[in-house]
Order: sequence, then C-alpha cells, then structure tokens
Amino acid sequence: MRRGHKGLGTQGIRMHNNALLRVDGLSKELGGQHILKDVSLELGKGDLKVLIGPSGGGKSTLLQCINLLIFPDSGSIILGGREISFRRKKDVLAFRQQIGMIFQDFNLFDHLTALGNVQIALRKVKKLSTSEARKRAERELERVGLLSMAHLYPAELSGGQKQRVSIARALAMDPLLLLLDEPTSALDPELIGEVLAVIRDLGRQNITMLMATHQMGFARTLAKEILFMEQGRIVEQGIPSELLEAQRLSGRSRTLDFCSKISEIYGEDLA
Amino acid sequence: MDAAFILNKVLPSLNEGLLVTLLLIIPSASLGLLLGTLVGLLRSFAPFWIAKLAAGYATMFRGTPLLVQLFILYFGLPNIGIYLQPYSAAVLGFTLCSGAYHSEYIRGALLSIKRGQILAAQSLGFSTAKTMLHIIVPQALRRALPGCGNELIYLIKYSSLAYIITCIELTGEGKILASRTFRFTEVFLLVGAYYLVLVSLATIGLQKLEKRLYVPGFGRG
Repeated sequence: MRRGHKGLGTQGIRMHNNALLRVDGLSKELGGQHILKDVSLELGKGDLKVLIGPSGGGKSTLLQCINLLIFPDSGSIILGGREISFRRKKDVLAFRQQIGMIFQDFNLFDHLTALGNVQIALRKVKKLSTSEARKRAERELERVGLLSMAHLYPAELSGGQKQRVSIARALAMDPLLLLLDEPTSALDPELIGEVLAVIRDLGRQNITMLMATHQMGFARTLAKEILFMEQGRIVEQGIPSELLEAQRLSGRSRTLDFCSKISEIYGEDLA
Repeated sequence: MDAAFILNKVLPSLNEGLLVTLLLIIPSASLGLLLGTLVGLLRSFAPFWIAKLAAGYATMFRGTPLLVQLFILYFGLPNIGIYLQPYSAAVLGFTLCSGAYHSEYIRGALLSIKRGQILAAQSLGFSTAKTMLHIIVPQALRRALPGCGNELIYLIKYSSLAYIITCIELTGEGKILASRTFRFTEVFLLVGAYYLVLVSLATIGLQKLEKRLYVPGFGRG
C-alpha cells in the first residue's frame, strides 16, 4: 500500500513499464479551482481499478481528462507506450476512439434505436459498411443481453438497459480500455445488479477498466486496486483488502471511514 | 359568377402564377431551412464573435419588414452595381428572411439538447462536424419541426410580396387580371382559394413528415 501519493517522484513512474495506460501528473484548473492536482496512475492490461471518494473530489474530471473530453492543463497521458499529443485534432479524435466512456446518465443518442446507437460510430467514425456495422452492433448487443431490444428507442428502455446499451456502444469500437463514470449511480436499486453483472463479465473477459463507483461491495471483491480521491488528489490507494485492513489496524483511515459511510447508505456489509 | 370567364380567363392565368409561386416557395423554403439550421448552430456553438454576428443577422431580418428587404435587394443593390433579376431577388429575400426565423426555432431546439449527447459522441471519436451532422441536427430538427413548419406556411403566404418587385406570381397574375377586368371579387376569392389549398397541402405534408420522423421520447411522450 502506498499512501499520500506525491506527484512525479520515483514512486509515480515505478511499477510495470508495460502499463497499458499511464497518467502522469495530471492537473486541471477550472474557474480558479484546482479540480485535479498532479494525479498519476497506471493501468495494466486486464486491470480493473476503482476510483472512490466524495462527490466533487475530481473523479469525473479525472475520467474525462483521460479521455480528453476535458483537456488537462498539464501532465501526460501515455496509452500503449505512446504519449498522446493534445494539440493535433486528428490525434485527439483517434485517441478518443481507443478509450470507451460510460457515463452516469447513459447519454444514449435519443433519436436512435438501441441498434442505431451501437451502429452509428461504426458507420460514421470507423466507416464500416452498413451490413458490417449492423452485424458487429448485433453481436455487441447480444453480449450485454439486449439483442431482442435492438429496435427500441432509449425512451422505451429501463435505466439498466440503457446503461447496457451504452456499454455495447463503447465496446463496439474495440477500445483498449473502458472508463466508467459511476455507471450505476443514476439507477434504481433493483436495476444496479444487471449492470454490475455485465461489468463483472467484462472483467472476466480481461477488459481493462477504470471505474468511479460507490458500489463498495463490488469494488472490494473485483477491483485490483482502490484509488481514493479527495480534493483533486489520489490520497490513498492499494489492494482493497490490504488497504481497508491496514487502516482498520492503524485506526487512522479516510478510505475506511468513507467506505463504511457509503456502505451504510447502500445497506452493504463491509465486514 | 361567370363560369366561362373563370374557366377561360381566370384559371389559366392563375395556374401560370401558381407555377411561379411554387418556383419561389420550393427553393426559398429549402435554402431557408438550410441557412436557418446553419445560423442556429453558429448562434449556439460558434465562438463569441461569430455567434454575435449570426445573431445580428437574425435580428436584422426579423426586425425589418420583408417588403423593405425586398426593395433593398431589388431597387437598392443596383446602386452598388449588383443587379438581380426579380425572381432571384425574391428567392434571396425569402431565403434570408425565413432563414432568420428558422434559426430561432433551431436555436431553441438546440438549447433543449443535453450536453451529454455531445460528450457521448466525442467519446466515440466523432469530430465536431460529424457530431453536429449525425447527432445534434437530427435531434434539433425533430424538436424544431412544428416551428419550422409554421414558418413554411408563412412563407407560402408572404411569397405574394414578390409581385411588388415585378416577379409576377399567383397574386400578381390575379392583380393584373382583376385590374384589367374589374372583377376583383371572383379573381381574389379564387386567389385566396389557391393559397388555402397550398397551405392545406403543406399542413398535411408536415403532419406526415412529423409522423415519419416520430421517435419515442421526442415531443408527444
């Protein structure tokens, strides 16, 4: 367990050199406020890492910066060994294609059916033919168990189904990794399970994921590492069991306190 | 009513005028919608000064009478060496005017589209232009359709102003015939009926279009 991560010291760059994604010293200021302060992290292929922490702690901004939906003020993003240049628009567009993004409120395209949502980027961005795109889109919908609903519009789907379509939409682009921004936070409690089941399956299929979530039970059992974010920094990080156990023993613990509070709200048992 | 007069004199000239009216409406309506969509997008998404410029255009053309605009285009522009045919001046005037109104409907529709739609498109690698073309505009047009349809119906009726700058369309033909024969009542009742039919057809067409483009979650629940 490392604690009090401080910038670009040797610690930040250490670990495996063959990391799929390496984020170094990312900072972002918005309206005079430091939203992100010198955030670094690494994801190896097939890793599932979980971002937790209070709202406003910078989790969403971090995810959107990694996908360049928000341009960081400083820092670097290295994907598959190549540093991403933020300046050339073409590079940025190509880069975004390689990273799938799942949003808290789904953001399905409201004017397209489930199939249309999965197809459109294949057609217009990847330039696949209509039949190829359709085949691929159907395969992805099948993967999330929604092929039978391909013809329905977002307004006709439940929240959980919408989120599963959005996962299919992201996966259809063959991304190198998925960023999930609280994918279950906008769902009714009884719908959370189906989305988590899909994410669990993706984990089994070795899909690399970085996920912001409040689902502590999920994080504990499946995450390779928990990153605790507060006030724009990753303040604590580690393997879930070790992180929580060490804090239980030392008695000084932001992560554990936070997790207990969250678990209480969601009625999960953290023991 | 004099049936022979109507059949032999009125209907043939009104039909000729109808053709010109259609030739005025069809390009003006399509170009106007295109212009309005473009201006609406600029007003909503372009950098500050370009958005201001686009808004200035809309203010100018919504804030002055169409007739004055037509006079400037037809009688005013020759002073700076630009000579327009009556027909071109009319189409240009109608396009600019209806574009200004469309831009307002489109802008309103764009305001109602959530930012998440743009984020989602960007995250899939859509460029700004492709995001607009494939994601934003199809949604905005659906939302703006009732307003834009209304503008089309106005256009059908204000196309009658073209005859004042000597582009003789339906109203113009009627006016000429009526002045020559002094049978104002019959002629203008018929001219009115022609417009009524045109507007009714447009209304039916718009309803069909609305039904065709219907997507659950847009408008009618």
